[in-house]
Amino acid sequence: MLDLINVSYDTQIPNNVGLSSDKRVLKALEKWHPGYINWWNDLIPQNFQESMVYLRTAVSVDPKGWAKFDYVKMPEYRWGVLLAPQVEGRVIPCGEHAGQPAWQEVPGEYRNLLKRLIVIQGDTEPGSVEQQRFLGLTAPSLYDMRNLFQVNVEEGRHLWAMVYLLQKYFGKDGREEADDLLIRSSGSEEAPRMLGAFNEETPDWLSFFMFTYFTDRDGKMQLESLAQSGFDPLSRTCRFMLTEEAHHMFVGETGVGRTIQATVEAMNKAGITDPYDINKIRDLGVIDLPTIQKKLNLHYTLSLDLFGQEVSTNAANAFNAGIKGRYMEHRIDDDHKLTGDTYPVWTIKDGALVREDAPALTAINMRLRDDYVRDAAGGVGRWNKIIEKAGVEFELKMPHESFHRQIGVFNGMPFDPAGDLLSREAWDAKRDEWLPSKADGDFIQSLMKPVYEPGKFASWIAAPKVGIDNKPGDFEYVKLHMA
Amino acid sequence: MNKPLKQHLIDPEICIRCYTCEMTCPVEAIVHNDDNVVVDADKCNFCMDCIPVCPTGSIDEWRVVDTAYSVGEQFEWTELPEQADIGGGDDGGIEALDEAMAALLAEAHQGAGGKSKAPASAAKASVNMYNLGKPAVAKVQGNYRLTKEASGADVRHIILDFGGQPMPVLEGQSIGIIPPGTDAEGKPHLPRLYSVSSPRDGERPNYNNLSLTVKREDQGLCSNYVCDLKIGDEVRVTGPFGATFLMPDDPASRLLMICTGTGSAPFRAFTMRRQRMAAGAAGDMVLFFGARTPDSLPYFGPLGKIPDSVLKKHLVFSRQPDVAKEYVQDRMMVEEEAVAELLLDPKTHIYICGLRGMEEGVEKSFANIAESQGEQWIALRDKMRDEGRYHVETY
Repeated sequence: MLDLINVSYDTQIPNNVGLSSDKRVLKALEKWHPGYINWWNDLIPQNFQESMVYLRTAVSVDPKGWAKFDYVKMPEYRWGVLLAPQVEGRVIPCGEHAGQPAWQEVPGEYRNLLKRLIVIQGDTEPGSVEQQRFLGLTAPSLYDMRNLFQVNVEEGRHLWAMVYLLQKYFGKDGREEADDLLIRSSGSEEAPRMLGAFNEETPDWLSFFMFTYFTDRDGKMQLESLAQSGFDPLSRTCRFMLTEEAHHMFVGETGVGRTIQATVEAMNKAGITDPYDINKIRDLGVIDLPTIQKKLNLHYTLSLDLFGQEVSTNAANAFNAGIKGRYMEHRIDDDHKLTGDTYPVWTIKDGALVREDAPALTAINMRLRDDYVRDAAGGVGRWNKIIEKAGVEFELKMPHESFHRQIGVFNGMPFDPAGDLLSREAWDAKRDEWLPSKADGDFIQSLMKPVYEPGKFASWIAAPKVGIDNKPGDFEYVKLHMA
Repeated sequence: MNKPLKQHLIDPEICIRCYTCEMTCPVEAIVHNDDNVVVDADKCNFCMDCIPVCPTGSIDEWRVVDTAYSVGEQFEWTELPEQADIGGGDDGGIEALDEAMAALLAEAHQGAGGKSKAPASAAKASVNMYNLGKPAVAKVQGNYRLTKEASGADVRHIILDFGGQPMPVLEGQSIGIIPPGTDAEGKPHLPRLYSVSSPRDGERPNYNNLSLTVKREDQGLCSNYVCDLKIGDEVRVTGPFGATFLMPDDPASRLLMICTGTGSAPFRAFTMRRQRMAAGAAGDMVLFFGARTPDSLPYFGPLGKIPDSVLKKHLVFSRQPDVAKEYVQDRMMVEEEAVAELLLDPKTHIYICGLRGMEEGVEKSFANIAESQGEQWIALRDKMRDEGRYHVETY
């Protein structure tokens, strides 16, 4: 009998989808595999490829088997194809087909729509690894380095997950799309990644943490809504990816939290009470809170752009088709069709920001973004607790959604972080108070010195409260290859 | 009055609200508001599905409470409450979640004279990953007789492989074996507890296997089942259990271990762990091990290969032909000076494991040795126990 829980290692590609008896797809994936390995090998600096990293690998997709920890060299990580177990009798959760049995094959009428969604999702996965490729060289600890590599290998696996769907369900087109995923490259002139935020640099570790907190959280929201898809293989793929995505959220939230912790501790130790005494605080080898706020502003707003237009017929079509649901669709108590419903959407009326009701079907993106904003606010609250506990008077704030936007109704308009519309000149004059300046970047860069001794951390970041896999503080998370 | 209950909690300071646990929970016992993710004590059935999926380690928190913290209360928390001092509670170190196993361990640890505590530097133990309703299934990899035929005792070294199922067991912990079949009332047999005799990284390093040391008892339903297992047989396993009879991870700590028969199982695990970690200096591990004859002493051969500098061994025999009977407590008196030196060292952790009958004699020797140093034994023992340095597991 086909074992669909435990991961089978009988082909080169670990999987729980019975690849060994699906010769066509196996062949296609095996053909794609060398290109992937080349992509990986060219990406990450060689001495890290040779290092032993304490990573988590799934040995099965049920809750007890997906977090097995061991040392492994990254190129030998068992990237594979893992789908959450099929749910008996699952039905399409939303749209005009709601209540009908979930599709096990691609419905012809939605083929292109579906393929596009999968390609866009797939394109973000290698993009972020490309953005983060050099961070190992400046890791503030072995613990953080391990977390970076865990994020990287799992983004790599998510690429695999999407490529599997393309190869299995979309024939020749799918194969071509899968190849293109390895050709496009973050920040490239000729063939950039599809979404803007994935072509920005991740120049330092604070950016990395902000990225994993804010941008990977967009990924999480997208995966959540794809996990509601009526196309069952996509739903199952995304459900399993979400279990891995949670770790990325963790790296981001605790990374920023630990950065703040180091800052307020250093301030207290030096007797500095004014958080705006920036030069003095920077002299302590920590990142001042106003600069952290600027980084937050940048990454939060770039991430908001990932949700697309507030009112979108594409999003309406995807929902109506049952291809993409809402966040927590199964816990929402309505008819899941949204035919007569409305949803309040931001617009600008007579120069003022107002929420105006729009047909709920077309406002799917707005709704998901609202869910995202609420979800993202939670961690910011935790960060503020750290500051408050240390007795420092400062509060991190999420800027208004209209600030610094390139997509949607606010595109290019000079709103300040409070949501007030300024003149272009006034906005430009204040830009460096709100967003990281070149000098801020240079300062943060100056702190990015690697710390490779087990149990030791760079001055600008505090040790974590709990080790990975309950390991003690001085655990050697990465056995560095020093050749 | 309600009896105290063990409540599953999530540490709000470490949780990042990814809701992976909430999605995983098969009975929807986990809920959240904008601040916290919490477990509803009325619904949680201790299935443990949420434990390994947590990316942060915030989820493995337990408190013994008279009245469960409500969901509403937990939503308000910014940090976890301390364990309240509750009679019958076990001070955070929760040995097992099901009553039957918890009762067995409480009885086994009684000899310590009070509430057991884990060593300060012990690793955090996972308990109850598997239970009677949802056991793990292990495959037998080996079954070796450790004692000579002529000795009359049949003690076996059993190796179980867990394949893809996680079995995060620490040295000193036990697992339950469920014998097949049903009892006279047609109910399935309850699991029997066996102490694990291999270190945490496996009988063979980095293999997901472990070993047990099991003695065949004449009418023993489970011991006969286990001792007769063949390679490839499948065994249903519960656990792990136990959260106090653990070894310190601090390499500078010293271990004084006293056992009889299969009570040697945890000490084999301790010793192998320290050897693999190259922990401790010469003289930091001392073993008093009693059996009837060398033929019936489990691991007699392998023990001989461990240098005295790693483990100082005192093998003591009570049925040697033409030699006066000697018990572990007798040898402790012979070694009075060495035992006294260990007893007074705050780095020393004492472990006693074996048949219940050994407790009295061993305690008597300790009392003698302590008094000769001007120490009052009961006070010293209670202090060591409260510091997590005195451990008894007898049956």
